[in-house]
Amino acid sequence: MTAVLEVEALSCGYGPVPVLRDVTFTVPAGTVTAVLGANGAGKTTLLRTLSGLLRPSGGRIRFAGEDLRGVRVEHLVRRGLAHVPEGRGVVTELTVAENLRLGGLWRRDRVDARRAQDEVYELFPPLAHRRDHAGHQLSGGERQMLAIGRALIARPRLLLLDEPSLGLAPKVTAQIMALLRRLRDERGLTVLLVEQNVRTALWVADQGIVMALGRVVTAAPAARLRDDDQLRHAYLGF
Amino acid sequence: MQRFWFLTFDGLAAGAVYAAFALALVLIWRAARVVNFAQGAMAVATAYVGYAVASATGSYWLGLAAAVLSGLALGALVERVLMRFAGAGGPLNQVIVALGLVLVIQAVLGMIFGNGYRPAPAPFDTDALTIGGVAALSPYDIWVLGAALTVVALLAVLFTRTPVGLRMRAAAFAPEVSRLLGVSVGRMLTLGWALAAGVGALAGMLVVPTGLGLHSHAMDLVFVVAFTAAVVGGLDSPVGAVVGGLLVGLILSYVTGYLGPDTTPLAVLVLLLAVLLARPGGLFSAARARHV
Repeated sequence: MTAVLEVEALSCGYGPVPVLRDVTFTVPAGTVTAVLGANGAGKTTLLRTLSGLLRPSGGRIRFAGEDLRGVRVEHLVRRGLAHVPEGRGVVTELTVAENLRLGGLWRRDRVDARRAQDEVYELFPPLAHRRDHAGHQLSGGERQMLAIGRALIARPRLLLLDEPSLGLAPKVTAQIMALLRRLRDERGLTVLLVEQNVRTALWVADQGIVMALGRVVTAAPAARLRDDDQLRHAYLGF
Repeated sequence: MQRFWFLTFDGLAAGAVYAAFALALVLIWRAARVVNFAQGAMAVATAYVGYAVASATGSYWLGLAAAVLSGLALGALVERVLMRFAGAGGPLNQVIVALGLVLVIQAVLGMIFGNGYRPAPAPFDTDALTIGGVAALSPYDIWVLGAALTVVALLAVLFTRTPVGLRMRAAAFAPEVSRLLGVSVGRMLTLGWALAAGVGALAGMLVVPTGLGLHSHAMDLVFVVAFTAAVVGGLDSPVGAVVGGLLVGLILSYVTGYLGPDTTPLAVLVLLLAVLLARPGGLFSAARARHV
């Protein structure tokens, strides 16, 4: 299987404080990869570095075979990298329809951008009823649907998802995870998923990367992480 | 009663200019979270350009176009050259840079054009027409009202109906998310400053012929009044800026008419103080529900 994302010896920090140290892993195409670890392990920093919001202090990021160094954040979505940031993916002042339009503005193919918007409404029927509602009127689950749906408009080769379950009821979380699985199976979507909720993440993921204090401790198939008691106790806390 | 109607019409015409000028302040506030204290001085500079072109070509309309275009350029320049770098140190630095810019612009204008008042002819008659024995709007007032309201309408269309308007709003509300969605936030910021300064330039051209005359300090009081109007409306709200502008125009017209022109600057400050004390968020800043 070809790798969509190859990360090699990636380091990053805020000022002199290193947060990511020597992070290396690959994300194969058409899979869901979960990034696990305790608070402060560097999961969110990893995603923010991958999408260019933070400048790495060392290492390489190859995305779809190309080096991402020096590529501006606003150009990454054109290359097929979509990032749904933690908890605040939706522009709450804009309506649902405007949020979705915004997701497709960069696309030259207006017809397909339009079709992609309609697909989001089909994928998430609750959003279709709330087209003209402002983002702040949506429930947490609807917001997450909107943020993910908007990212899908880019028809991404890789979707970075930061804590999609944050603040959501378990039932809603399960719906979103089931959807990720479906998108992977039906469309071959590749996802890099950061999750606090380890059980949920390992249920949906094909493989997991366990981080601790900015380093990758283990990378293994999700099934193995689920069954490895020692690892679970040491790093995942259940 | 006749006097009341006269003051009302007069206030609306003046208010339309305050509305446009307040709108320029709101545009920058929404885009960059900074009050552009240099807006008045920038508008004066572009008015000088406008009247220089007008007297060179003999056409007021060419002058008006030159003023608005130079406003767009000046706004973009100020953002790119000054504010972008000042902003790195926090919004207070931008305010101080703006105040410095006021001094620089006024000094440069004085060096080039001298410090005397220059005549600023109006394109239409400024004598009020009388309708049924009541002195109402002058042809120039009608032009001012029409021009200001047209700009407001055009901006509303730009922001709510066009892709670039959507980008500008998104960039202002959520810069990081917008970048992730492919919006060049920096470019939208430059565009926001350019638009605001263009609107400011138009407002300057509209207000200068109404007895102010062209002078490097011509817009000082206008700026304070427009700032008050923007605060009355809630700095965040374009609708608020327009309503605030018209409201402040009316109030000041009544104050000037019934209490005398000496009290006008005082009335502006009292109004500003009253709004800040009673409703610091302004009349139109509905407490927005922002869940995180």
